[in-house]
Amino acid sequence: MRTIDATLITNTVKKLCIEANCFLSRDIKNCITKAERNEPWPQAKEILGHIIKNYEIAEQKNQPVCQDTGVACVFLKIGQDVHINGDINEAIHEGVRQGYTEGYLRKSVVADPLNRVNTGDNTPAMIYIDLVPGDKIEITVAPKGFGSENMSQVAMLRPSDGLQGVKEFVKRVVLEAGPNPCPPIVVGVGIGGTFDKAALLAKKALLRPVDEPNQNDFYANLEKELLGEINALGIGPQGFGGKTTALAVNIEYFPTHIAGLPVAVNINCHVTRHKTEVI
Amino acid sequence: MAVKINTPLTQERARKLKAGDSCLISGVIYTARDAAHKRLCELIAQNKPLPLDVKNSIVYFVGPTPAKPGEAIGSAGPTTSYRMDAYSPELIRLGQTGMIGKGKRGPKVIEAMKEYGAVYFGAIGGCGTLLSKCIKKAEVIAYDDLGAEAIRRLEVEDFPVVVVIDSEGNNLYETGPKNYLENNK
Repeated sequence: MRTIDATLITNTVKKLCIEANCFLSRDIKNCITKAERNEPWPQAKEILGHIIKNYEIAEQKNQPVCQDTGVACVFLKIGQDVHINGDINEAIHEGVRQGYTEGYLRKSVVADPLNRVNTGDNTPAMIYIDLVPGDKIEITVAPKGFGSENMSQVAMLRPSDGLQGVKEFVKRVVLEAGPNPCPPIVVGVGIGGTFDKAALLAKKALLRPVDEPNQNDFYANLEKELLGEINALGIGPQGFGGKTTALAVNIEYFPTHIAGLPVAVNINCHVTRHKTEVI
Repeated sequence: MAVKINTPLTQERARKLKAGDSCLISGVIYTARDAAHKRLCELIAQNKPLPLDVKNSIVYFVGPTPAKPGEAIGSAGPTTSYRMDAYSPELIRLGQTGMIGKGKRGPKVIEAMKEYGAVYFGAIGGCGTLLSKCIKKAEVIAYDDLGAEAIRRLEVEDFPVVVVIDSEGNNLYETGPKNYLENNK
């Protein structure tokens, strides 16, 4: 048994909120620069150039890459041999509160979806906890913007819809989203589980680096195929036309019921943010 | 070559802008997004005065991050515009000639743009840091309680945008991808 003080969780979440919002991860930056080199359409190439310049300035100035600094999605993998000294949920919310206030990040959360009064400190965080073997805690903060979140969808397909049905649904979601989620996008896909599990799988798919294919060859191929087909749609950066509509398709899958084929598509923009630390 | 636009933007000038034109806007523009639009339209419905002069104005759909000490504003890129579709026709009817955002617009907005002479500009979504460099001054003029969603008066210099939908209804979101696909068969 190892004891971890809740204040360490608070401090880590605070730091990750600020860093995730101001510094894009290496995999995303590499992917954007590669897309810029390979983009044949002049206006699209120019937009990708601005996107690169934007994250470079953000990094230099320690300023948020995008003004939508998102709702703070916080994923924890807690070792089952850890004892937390203090209230874990409150520790996470406090980390978000401090990070968003001290880091000059935007407060984008309303306390009630219909009465819509801003909470003023970007809390509460969306908290996802998995218990795992070990005596450490892995904390990932993934600020999620809503321009892309609003374009996400879930479908309860029939088993007979099969692979083709899944591909058609994913492409339809991307096409319907068009320019709205700030393409080039990252497409998170969750296949299987239940209605809610599929959505969580899709969100977790967005945490995987974009240069890391699914470990299962079948799904790795499907990721590649879907990326090719999405980039043949012609939507392009910002929806003005071009080759680069998506930077990556990340798929996570899970066993499901004999009667079902749930599929969720969670879209992220080119400002795909996540930062992880183990304590 | 980019078209230079100085505010205020008259309807006559707005009608000359065509979908696909790159423009650099200088002068005064106003920020407003969901919550501020809702309040403005409630005032219009009650025939009450508005906190800004809508005629010949350009609205920027944005909720910036807080300014650091010594800076005019934080990151300030466009938000998705369709959420303002319920409100924009009312403001266009009162003489608003320009909107800056990103993403699609609904048929009622486009009809109002055609009828009164207004344009819809796109700024690059997700480039809030880069765009903030063109904002020289920012001042909250209404709804301070809304935080990021308050109405701000911005002074901008060569703020880069592209005409996405013009006052004839031509739409770069339709023609752009189509042209790309035709040229890259």
